[in-house]
Amino acid sequence: MKRRQIGLAVFSAATLALGACSAGSLGSSDEEGGGGKVTLSFLTDNQPETVKIAEGLAKDFTAKNPDITVNVETRPQGTEGDNIVKTRLSTGDMTDVFMYNSGSLMQALAPQKNLTAVDDFAGQLDDNFKKAVGSDGKIYGVPFGNYMAGAILYNKEVYDKNGLKVPTTWDEFQANNAKLKAAGVDPVIQTYGETWTSQLFILGDYHNVEAASPGWADQYTKNQAKYATTPAAKAGFDHLQQVHDAGYVNKDFASAKLTDGLNKLAKGEGAQYPILSAMVSQLIADNPGSENKIGLFAIPGSDAARNGLTVWAPNGLYIPSSTTGDKLEAAKKFLGFVASPDGCASMGQASTPTGPYAVTGCKLPDSVPQAVKDMQTYIDKQGASSLALEFLSPVKGPALEQICVEVGSGIRKADAAAKLYDEDVKKQAQQLGLEGW
Amino acid sequence: MVSLEARPRTRAAGPAPAAGRKRSPYSSWFYLPAAIIYAVLFLVPTVTSFYFSLTRWSIFDSQFIGFDNYVTFFREPALVSGLWHTVVYAVLTSGLKVVLGLGLAVLLTSQIIGRGYLRSVVFFPVLVSTIGVGLTFTILMDPEEGLINESLSLLGIQGPGWLTDPGYALVSVALVDVWKGVGLATLIYIAGIVSIPQEYFEAARVDGATAWQNFRSIVLPLARPATFTVILLSLIGGLRSFDLIWAMTRGGPGFTSDVIASVIYKQYQAGFYGLSTAGNVVLFLLVTAIIFPLSRYLNSKEVDL
Repeated sequence: MKRRQIGLAVFSAATLALGACSAGSLGSSDEEGGGGKVTLSFLTDNQPETVKIAEGLAKDFTAKNPDITVNVETRPQGTEGDNIVKTRLSTGDMTDVFMYNSGSLMQALAPQKNLTAVDDFAGQLDDNFKKAVGSDGKIYGVPFGNYMAGAILYNKEVYDKNGLKVPTTWDEFQANNAKLKAAGVDPVIQTYGETWTSQLFILGDYHNVEAASPGWADQYTKNQAKYATTPAAKAGFDHLQQVHDAGYVNKDFASAKLTDGLNKLAKGEGAQYPILSAMVSQLIADNPGSENKIGLFAIPGSDAARNGLTVWAPNGLYIPSSTTGDKLEAAKKFLGFVASPDGCASMGQASTPTGPYAVTGCKLPDSVPQAVKDMQTYIDKQGASSLALEFLSPVKGPALEQICVEVGSGIRKADAAAKLYDEDVKKQAQQLGLEGW
Repeated sequence: MVSLEARPRTRAAGPAPAAGRKRSPYSSWFYLPAAIIYAVLFLVPTVTSFYFSLTRWSIFDSQFIGFDNYVTFFREPALVSGLWHTVVYAVLTSGLKVVLGLGLAVLLTSQIIGRGYLRSVVFFPVLVSTIGVGLTFTILMDPEEGLINESLSLLGIQGPGWLTDPGYALVSVALVDVWKGVGLATLIYIAGIVSIPQEYFEAARVDGATAWQNFRSIVLPLARPATFTVILLSLIGGLRSFDLIWAMTRGGPGFTSDVIASVIYKQYQAGFYGLSTAGNVVLFLLVTAIIFPLSRYLNSKEVDL
């Protein structure tokens, strides 16, 4: 009796375990042979704006292609979401279409092995974006969302009141800061309560680095150039230290969070905030009526003539190599829709664009906020914008945030920080198995 | 939970029934289910983690690279400071838990009003989720709007940035850890003190001993097993503490409150799986190297009641 019960328990536990393994793939076998009707599953992260855009795209696409239904699934953001994507890809259990980062993070998915190339859409895409989703001369994704910039958002009213002009060199920027401080406004907002916001003086400065020494990203990837030994690259760390040492930052910089920083900027308690331009949408949502009060300028460098904007490519939509047959055809159709002016219109309807589109022929509506218009002027001007380093090189050290916080809080000096970051980067390069490290 | 296990062991060290091993009436097969669970969930992962610490692995493949991970890990600039912070944190928290736990236990075993209530107040923080405690104290310790600094400013004291000043961050987290963990230490001490036979105290009263002499000559030596349990438990907890530090400072500002566990976690987050596995092996060896000899030493000094 007892033995049989134990056997039964073991057996049922085993079936449960087996069942758990295959639960994720149930969807694929259900809808086949449904008279030409195809259902696509589409995985995005669970950020409310993203979900709104994804669902808008799914709806508008089905309206045009009644035979194809797109079901949006969500996953967490951040590291946890990364792991889900990687796990599902490696087990062949991925949805038919999924959204993921472009640039070095996308390269980490081993695109040749795990993704389907979509070269047919190359003609519809902007050059900067093609670089961000390309590998071995093939293109693996289409853009989901807009470009964003790593730049300085500034309060135009505060600027006008103090008679300031948008700076194009670091010296002009520091001169502005001195005036602002004298006027009793915090010149530069920093928010180390959320550590990632500390990196903008370095990451957003990349256009200036590239302008000073063209091709730096390549040398950097090959271990031929370092932050500590390239003055233009080290400048970012220097800037961070100078701003802190001169007392130009807000008093509560160590504990303030992103939202605090945005509100400070909107209310004019702080004049300038180095941050990602996409944060404009949150700023406007939290402070209605500030659409035209907030402007944007590129992080100033040493040379006014070559100053320009550092941009981040949008996320991509990808088709995993596990999608085949009818579903593959349908998935390609869906990506084609996303990479077309109709797709842009659909995204623009779901959420106010916070940067230019990466699809040719897509125009921003006139109603976009001032900061986005400012951004567009850099992008329209030849040579006044370049991709951020993380799209040009797979090498980015994970501890940059903490190092920046240290420099920005006066715990570590810029020189030592640049050296420390070079060490941090080495680990990443070795993990990726790059040549020359 | 673990404290329960500690009591019978100290008893067993005493005049345990010296009867030889009797044959168990149950067949050894009864061990099998537990053994399978133990092997699958504990033994196999431990052994494979030793192997994977010698590889560079991702979710897609793994590559054997010998001891490179260990070399990189010990070159990690944050690791050396992290190791030091870990030891400081562990010693500080376990020291304070011993001192405060003993003090509170003496207070809570004496004849005071509302003893049961006070006991539950002291024990309450142990029951609350660590993350919840961390988030609550992060808000209380906010340098500008936190309750602690606002109260201090009423007294005319300008409080420091508890969690944002590099000089205070680690100590602040350690203090919160003590607040949260001292209830368990107190509980173990109460059990230890209550089990001291009353005859000793009666004899002392006849001899006219003062309260201090009572404490010094009876409570302190006879509660020694409890002290050892508290030291070992809180030291192990302190060496591998992670959740509270992560919830409160994420190792920051900069690296000033990074402990070895948070360094490991950051490597994992960055996708350096082999490296973080190596870090886990290092942590395992560190805890073993400190706790194993210490526990042998303490157990050898135990006295019987």
